[in-house]
Amino acid sequence: MERLIEHYFNAGVMAGALPEVLRGFGITVLVSLCIIAFGLLVGLALALLRCAPIRPLRWAVAAYVDVFRTLPQLVIIIVLYFALPYLDVSLSPFATTVLALGCVLSAFAADIFFAAIMAVPRGQWDAARALGLRTERIFPLVVLPQAISLAVPLLANRAIAIAKGTALGSAVALPEALSSAQSVTAITANPSPLTLAAAFYLAFFIPLVILSRWLERRAVRQG
Amino acid sequence: MQELIDNFANLDSLSEVYPLLVQGLWITLSLAAVALPTALAGGLAVALVYSFGGKVTRRLLIVLIDFLRAFPVLVLLVLVFYGLPFLGIRLGSFAAVILALGLNNTGYFGEIFRAGLASIPRGQAEAASALGLSRFQVLVLVLLPQAVRKVIAPLVGNALELVKTTSIGALVAMPELLRSARVAQEQTYNPTPLLAAALIYFVLLWPFSRWVAVLERRALARQ
Repeated sequence: MERLIEHYFNAGVMAGALPEVLRGFGITVLVSLCIIAFGLLVGLALALLRCAPIRPLRWAVAAYVDVFRTLPQLVIIIVLYFALPYLDVSLSPFATTVLALGCVLSAFAADIFFAAIMAVPRGQWDAARALGLRTERIFPLVVLPQAISLAVPLLANRAIAIAKGTALGSAVALPEALSSAQSVTAITANPSPLTLAAAFYLAFFIPLVILSRWLERRAVRQG
Repeated sequence: MQELIDNFANLDSLSEVYPLLVQGLWITLSLAAVALPTALAGGLAVALVYSFGGKVTRRLLIVLIDFLRAFPVLVLLVLVFYGLPFLGIRLGSFAAVILALGLNNTGYFGEIFRAGLASIPRGQAEAASALGLSRFQVLVLVLLPQAVRKVIAPLVGNALELVKTTSIGALVAMPELLRSARVAQEQTYNPTPLLAAALIYFVLLWPFSRWVAVLERRALARQ
């Protein structure tokens, strides 16, 4: 028991590691938020493009969605970071992580938004038209808001799952919470900083997991 | 154009590192073959205990599920691989990946099975026990088959995510497909192996990712 505390919950080591891990945690939060913003916006844009009656465009969107839904996140990060420089394009670890995971989220979000738009009953269009709304206003004012509220629980689940991938940024030296903790651990020869980083991750994601559970329940009750 | 081919589709480089990639693919497949049944069994066990348990047990299991789901899987892997040796428990990288993936996905699969069982109308269990089936028989013969059919989309979806996530083994020196490709890239100073690995992942996983998309659409249409 004493050994357990000495190694994993060593207060002295943790205090020393706190500034470094806290700085890393700030980056974790920032990267996660960027991924979610990028992924949801691009996902919505892709879903709208897929609604457009232009066949090659729909194929292009479908191909993009399939590629980013299928490839492992870490593979995308590694390819962007280590293969692009051969094209003289170098992305920072931050940009690499946001771009890679943002693209993955956008692919899933595009599918969810598209399904939700299709799930809004036709009657809504007819009713809006009967009320005298012009066709180009029906979509943004009537259909899209309903589609988005339909999509929220699924989107929340996906966004949280993918934001957790921020830790993968440590593979390309993104100084987020996990990799800062690892570098401190290497110096102190004591894994307490890892416990600290794990605690930060839990503190960040447990409320989100509970939130998505609540959103799901609410959707079931409404549906 | 020639430069592009030399860089990204260099056949000389590919033929040189081909054995490395094949060996990596085998390790990726064996990781998946061990981790997936482990996590499925863990998740099923959690859901079964949940459905037999009293109020306190259920609360505790929900906490456990949310706890396991809130950890980014890489954080778990780092804790297991770099943290446990300080307690004298030294796991190889294969075992560490299996343990981290197994724990994380026990949470995910547990929640999926639990939600599936909870969605079956009470009358089913009552009817089955009225016919003289024991509680265990009711669960395994009547409720579980219906529950699995209901949650088939998230079940297959999560299984696919698990297989994709075996790539994080690369970060604890497990020579699976991604890691082998990185090693090959560094040996040949050419990113072709990385792209080849991405292509292998895509070809291998694409049918499953299409299957998940179809299942998801069907589940949404049924709502």
